[in-house]
Amino acid sequence: MTERATITSYEDGPLLVRGDFELRTHDGELIDPGRGTVALCRCGKSALKPFCDGTHKAAAFRASGGDRER
Amino acid sequence: MRLPQPRGPLSATLVETLRRSQDGVQPGPDDARTADVLHDHDLQLSLWMCYELHYRGFDDVDDTWEWSPDLISWRRRLEDRFLAGLRALAPTPAVAPEAVPDALADLVAADDGPSLAGYLQREATLEQFREFVALRSVYHLKEADPHSWAIPRLEGRAKAALVEIQADEYGGGRVERMHSELFRDVMRALDLDDTYGHYVDRAPAVTLAVTNTISLFGLNRNLTGALVGHLAAFEMTSSLPNRRYGNGLRRLGGDERATRFYDEHVEADAVHEQIAAHDLCGTYAKAHPDAAGDVLFGAAACLAVEAEFAGALLDRWGLGLSALHTSALERTA
Repeated sequence: MTERATITSYEDGPLLVRGDFELRTHDGELIDPGRGTVALCRCGKSALKPFCDGTHKAAAFRASGGDRER
Repeated sequence: MRLPQPRGPLSATLVETLRRSQDGVQPGPDDARTADVLHDHDLQLSLWMCYELHYRGFDDVDDTWEWSPDLISWRRRLEDRFLAGLRALAPTPAVAPEAVPDALADLVAADDGPSLAGYLQREATLEQFREFVALRSVYHLKEADPHSWAIPRLEGRAKAALVEIQADEYGGGRVERMHSELFRDVMRALDLDDTYGHYVDRAPAVTLAVTNTISLFGLNRNLTGALVGHLAAFEMTSSLPNRRYGNGLRRLGGDERATRFYDEHVEADAVHEQIAAHDLCGTYAKAHPDAAGDVLFGAAACLAVEAEFAGALLDRWGLGLSALHTSALERTA
């Protein structure tokens, strides 16, 4: 069974990706997600990009978790 | 694991009682009092033994003690004192259920506990790092287990959220990725004994209190809100310190296998904290508005106990002393 990938944005935090997805580098190399659900950096400050490492809190990153910001 | 060395009248009576077969014997009086429950060796060790009967038990104790009515009622009196102490240590304001995720973020942002992670990253000696790992093993060798008590008590989205976190804690069902197993690698790399419970006799009261806090919340269904709040605070304060722990261990010569536990937590807990704050605690608080305050209390208690743990280590090391509890056995040797 394959489950469609979903991407969920969390308020002031990362994007969580679940389901059937592949992560690749710009050269097309597969990145091992290491777990079923991953958090992708949204603040730009992570030292583990593309993954989130929690730095958004120290950076006081602000972004909506829901509706599109205009 | 065998029963630990007693540290006072409560734990001595309890050890003596548990060594017997269960015959309705009442454990001894529980009238011992100290002002600071987190640092009360006798109380914390007694609670730790009572709780351990619900996890792996003791080789020298009859397993049926787990549900002895006399023992549960005795434990309950210790728990009342412990819980009162935690509530005094971690007062929390009233909170609207829909504001719980924001309130958790504010609580974590305001946390000004001593920076054990900064010290371990930059200054700790190898021996101090070994002590830190030995003491943490009291919890990490059963990492995630106390929070799993919440699973059958939740429903819907909150249950799914907790299972999503716990599945990751347990390595997605792969033993080599299970966090408690990764911790064994840290221990072995530091020439520590990774036998479950090995360092309990060397753990100061406040180290036992770290685990007892989660067991208290986990084994009392009326404290489920506090349990999920505790998990959220744990996860929300994990990524950045774990990076520092890993860097500290690398500074002291730890290789990739040794530091993997910490490196894994940086990434894993960045995922878990979102799920815990929003999907677990946010959903739980909306479904149980009366327990919204308990969610915050559990989080505040987590931060307060961790701060006491960190402060105790830094105080001892600052005096040039070991942070381990010297067991009675060793004092007489």
